[in-house]
Amino acid sequence: MSTFVLITVTGLGLAGLYFLLAAGLSLIFGLMDVLNLAHGAFFGLGGYAAWLVLDRLDVVAGLGWRFLVAVLVAAATGFTAGALVERLLVARSYGDHLGQVLLTIGLGFALVALLGGSFGYDARPLPQPAWFGATTPLLGARVPNSRLLVLAVAAVLFAALLLFLRRTRHGLVIRAGVENRAMVRALGIDVSRSFTLVFAIGGLLAAVGGALGAVYFNGINPALGTSQLIFAFIVVVIGGLGSVTGTAVAAVLVALVQQLVNYYGAAGVGDIAVVGLLAVVLLARPQGLLGAVAR
Amino acid sequence: MSVATGPVGRVRGGGALPVAAAVVAVLAVLPLVDVAVPVVLPGAVSSPGALQVLAVGLVFAGLAMSYDVLFGYTGLLSFGHALFFGLAVYGTNLLVGEAGLPYAVAAALAVAGTAICAALLGAVALRARGVAFAMVTLAFVEAFAIFLVTDPLGVTGGDEGLALASAGVPDAFRGVLNLRNTYWLALAFAAVTFVLVRAATASTAGRVWQAIRENEDRVELLGIRPLPCKLLAFVVGATLAAAGGCVHLLVVRGANPHLASADFTLALLVMVVLGGAGRLWGAALGGLVYGLLTLRLPALASSGVLDGLPGPVARVLAEPLFVLGALFVLLVLFAPGGAAGAVDRVSAALGRRPGGGPAGGGAGRGPA
Repeated sequence: MSTFVLITVTGLGLAGLYFLLAAGLSLIFGLMDVLNLAHGAFFGLGGYAAWLVLDRLDVVAGLGWRFLVAVLVAAATGFTAGALVERLLVARSYGDHLGQVLLTIGLGFALVALLGGSFGYDARPLPQPAWFGATTPLLGARVPNSRLLVLAVAAVLFAALLLFLRRTRHGLVIRAGVENRAMVRALGIDVSRSFTLVFAIGGLLAAVGGALGAVYFNGINPALGTSQLIFAFIVVVIGGLGSVTGTAVAAVLVALVQQLVNYYGAAGVGDIAVVGLLAVVLLARPQGLLGAVAR
Repeated sequence: MSVATGPVGRVRGGGALPVAAAVVAVLAVLPLVDVAVPVVLPGAVSSPGALQVLAVGLVFAGLAMSYDVLFGYTGLLSFGHALFFGLAVYGTNLLVGEAGLPYAVAAALAVAGTAICAALLGAVALRARGVAFAMVTLAFVEAFAIFLVTDPLGVTGGDEGLALASAGVPDAFRGVLNLRNTYWLALAFAAVTFVLVRAATASTAGRVWQAIRENEDRVELLGIRPLPCKLLAFVVGATLAAAGGCVHLLVVRGANPHLASADFTLALLVMVVLGGAGRLWGAALGGLVYGLLTLRLPALASSGVLDGLPGPVARVLAEPLFVLGALFVLLVLFAPGGAAGAVDRVSAALGRRPGGGPAGGGAGRGPA
């Protein structure tokens, strides 16, 4: 029982990471029809930004505070990177979805190689506050605090994202744009500003995911984001493109299936089981769990 | 990508075959040429090192053409093409090593098995269209890559991959000195792929593929069911890729899980777009150039070109994928249509092809 609890909580931590990566992807695709294959690179950028702060920024005393700074720096890096990529590259080929996909592929290759060239391809372990490694008793299991932290941050960001989408004007425009882009434009609203905003938010979420992922996986390497991106894609398709709540549900589903099967089955089988889950969902419900329209 | 601008199904460039034959003839005599090409190739053209680089380039050229059947001609954005290449690489090696079959038999079985796999997986994946199809194929190839790396059955060698099981390999393809034969095999693969894809795309089915690329709904309205045609394109492309896998196994004398990864499929997409999607010679050129670049850029970086630069900049520029990725972004932004598009623009400007129109205007028309 205690093992089951431990695996489940670990799985929920992973679900948090998947959600942070997939939410941005889902919104970007829902609003702009752009499949952002450079999203894993945002994850990597965030991870290395956090690593730089934690490893090098000695001014901030206390690893706990320094970790907070690291997450904020990662968030700012991801936000800026997302906004720049949208403005400088993606915006140049609006209306040409394939061109945009190709751009993000090239960008993803270049950014990952940039990280590899700058920091090397070996994993960089992150100095962490002692509390992260300690455990908290939960239903008879001793759960590492870092798993709970990842889960808590992801949950807070999920709530913040929902509030932003439902309670602010920008959020309203984005939701309307996902529903019917042409109509929003016809009403005289500049959707391209929302495009930039969505990319920036996606970058922010992915970069925070990178900072937390570096904690979760005990280190960051350039390819980590890309390998997680595949599962984020699966989460997006299962959840339904453009639906944030669907993404959250699917993230939990995918991460739990993956962790439980990996533990009770054999290592690696869980990863493959997730692909099986994707095939089943696609055959039964091609638009995803909470997706409105099949694309 | 801007693809054929002429009427659908028209075979462009009637003089292509003589030109292609001339190119193949030139490539065929390369192993006999004893000239050094600094930087581009290690040592003289006829040296085993150089021939191996060229052979990898030729396999990639054939592979890029096989992917062009899906992407350039049918408009299917598949991220799973590397799966079929990898299946044949590992399948052949395992059949030779574990089952003790001769190489030729193993290769034939692996290609046939891959074709069956492609038919099954394609039937599932093609239920989704556009980007969803891309993601499903991506998931398939990733599942296979995970299978190779985690190696639950203990046969694939995990991260390290497998060395060529040389017992069943004919003597002609063994050893470093016979690399010239392997090179010719790679050339034959690329040439045969060119001829087959050309014939396939000019056939009735090929015309339907191109019609699907242009407008799938209209094809359906005309009373043709697109799904079997798309599945056929998927299987044809996969089978040719599988044949390439059998050759690649001999060229690099081993199987590496990287070649069955999503990254490698994206690399295939880069090759095809570099050369110009939907134009066979463009895809072939893109594959060849990509192969040479990935293998030779590290050597170029260490040749002293980057010596004057500050350390961090030099380290980043020494990454082949950084150079390729950046190059690719610039290409998509400023030269959509790739090499073939550029040639079309030049020849249109020279007035050689009235009515040909500027190809590559608008990186356009997605398969989405």
